Amino acid sequence: MLSITDLHVAIGDKPILTGIDLEVKAGEVHAIMGPNGSGKSTLAYALAGHEHYKVTSGTTLYQGRDLTRLNPEERAREGLFLAFQYPIEIPGVSNIYLLKAALNAIRKHRGQAELDAMDFLSLVKEKMEWVSMEEDLLYRSVNEGFSGGEKKLNEVLQLTVLEPRLAILDETDSGLDIDALKVVAEAVNRLRSPERAFLIVTHYQRLLDYIIPDYVHVMIHGRIVKSGDSTLALELEKRGYAWIEQEAARGAKAGGGT
Amino acid sequence: MIGTEIQNGYYQDYRRFENTLPGRKVPWLARLRSEAMERFMAHGFPSSHEEGWKYIDQPPVKRRRFQLAQAECPVSEDDLMPYLPDDHARWRVVLVNGRFAPLLSRLEGLPAGVTVASLATTLEHEPAMLEPYLGRYAGINGHGFGALNTAFMNDGAYIRLGPGAIVREPVHLVYVASGARDSVAHVRNLVVADENSQGTLVETYLSLDEESYFTNVITEVISAQNAHLVHYKLEQESARALHMAGIHIHQGRDSHYTACNVASGGQWVRNDLNVVLDAEGGNCTLNGLYFTAAHQQVEHHTRIDHRAGHGTSRQLYKGVMDDHSRGIFSGRLVVHPNAQKSDARQTNNNLLLSEDAEAISKPQLEIYADDVKCAHGSTVGYLDEEALFYLRSRAIDEDHARSLLVYAFASDILQQITLMPVRANLERRLANRFLKGCAIGGLK
Repeated sequence: MLSITDLHVAIGDKPILTGIDLEVKAGEVHAIMGPNGSGKSTLAYALAGHEHYKVTSGTTLYQGRDLTRLNPEERAREGLFLAFQYPIEIPGVSNIYLLKAALNAIRKHRGQAELDAMDFLSLVKEKMEWVSMEEDLLYRSVNEGFSGGEKKLNEVLQLTVLEPRLAILDETDSGLDIDALKVVAEAVNRLRSPERAFLIVTHYQRLLDYIIPDYVHVMIHGRIVKSGDSTLALELEKRGYAWIEQEAARGAKAGGGT
Repeated sequence: MIGTEIQNGYYQDYRRFENTLPGRKVPWLARLRSEAMERFMAHGFPSSHEEGWKYIDQPPVKRRRFQLAQAECPVSEDDLMPYLPDDHARWRVVLVNGRFAPLLSRLEGLPAGVTVASLATTLEHEPAMLEPYLGRYAGINGHGFGALNTAFMNDGAYIRLGPGAIVREPVHLVYVASGARDSVAHVRNLVVADENSQGTLVETYLSLDEESYFTNVITEVISAQNAHLVHYKLEQESARALHMAGIHIHQGRDSHYTACNVASGGQWVRNDLNVVLDAEGGNCTLNGLYFTAAHQQVEHHTRIDHRAGHGTSRQLYKGVMDDHSRGIFSGRLVVHPNAQKSDARQTNNNLLLSEDAEAISKPQLEIYADDVKCAHGSTVGYLDEEALFYLRSRAIDEDHARSLLVYAFASDILQQITLMPVRANLERRLANRFLKGCAIGGLK
């Protein structure tokens, strides 16, 4: 589904990602962990097509197509979804308008009929139960005046309504209490399917108690330096990142300092 | 008298037409007119050194001589209807080139105690009704446009809500320009709301063609104790129209006045709003929305005087400027020494859609009382790129996302418009301008 080879990304002149290789197949859940500033969010934004994140080299194939040739809305229509670490407030645009416009844009792209107001509303109400959201949030402006937890759940609501093929969760768990965390995890687990893949960026191993990933990758200084299965997350929880950094430094030396 | 060539031209017009102006035999009115003309000859138009006139290109109306608008009324109901798609108002006053058009107006069945009439007719037949109010708050000592209006004032609307009169449906005032090339209409409106009265006015200014002409209007609003007025002013004139409005509001105890000024038309449009909260508990809300393009210049200059305690004022002005256009907001707030417990808030937000567009925002607070709440804020910015990316990441294409954000920017003004035909009209105009046909249904 997603095939990243030697990806380099810069913000302005500053290189952030310095050679990412990652292969995500349909049906898989990948967790990306790493210390602050290692480039996890940059990877998420670059995949979603934020123009501040410049791909300087490497290839990113999504469903066999060069992802960098698509603008953000085309990526979304092709089934890529990014749950934002800091969801944006948009005063004056109601949540329900955004959800409906987004869903219908995607359906139209897939050659499906647009949903009318009634069908849409019953769909959204069902999905709101998944994420335990109050209905009045639908009619409020997007994320305006939402608590931190409500903003994160609103991202997950969008995820459940839009049903993407590749969902990227950028620290969706940060700042959530245990109840909200479980809600997020349950929604993700319900959406897991052989056709869908997840890329979950997180600081905390805790989320991975509830969403068991197929792979865990550790990112340091803009590169994935170690990959493993879900037991790697537990090891990180116990030992921190320092040992991996040392290991990576040794590996870099042994490899001729490239 | 010695004046500039343009001043002298208007003076000659005055000498020529003064005997044809309504109420010419009424001594107090003749005196008011001639004093105003003298004032205009002595001071002329405001110079570029005067406060409120110095930050901007000088309006073209100062350099051009306009002929007095003629009285013929070539406009039919069929001509008008395409411009008033939302006009279902039961009561309507239509003025064509500044003159009352009785055949286009609907005034039957007004509630008891309510007068809606032509000002010219009232000046002719019942001048005593107007004497206590006309010119009392607008004065002639402001800038030259006001003096010129007072000298030449001819027609407009006279609205009187008697004590306790409640008018539940809006009165629609429609100002139509047709074949008005190079002419000026000195429109004069007087609204007197007596104690405990309540009503809604909607003013719509529009052009039936693309001519360049000048509307110089003064509206005086006198709101007595506990009166409630809502006043919409919709500027939708042609791209070559010039428009200067002086709106003077005098508020009595516990009275409420809510204004919403929407300006999208005109080449140069200036609304001066002067509010005096003259007795305790007065409450005024001034909202404005202007969206400009090409080389338009739209100005709002507000002044609110809190002269008595426990007054409340709210101002929210929002501008969206595209191309080379310019939006100006200047808000002066004066809290006088005995106006304790005044509560004033002023906000001006501007959105620039082009690198060449310009927003000027100038709040001025003068506070001479010590127990007051006053706040002001002003912003100028471009569309939020992060919000744009967020919408695009939700499959919404870039054009739609931009339009949506512009529409959203204006939405808090829209939400405060409680009169549905006005809101529908504005939503449609905004949608045509910014959404380029994208559906807005269900935005709220």
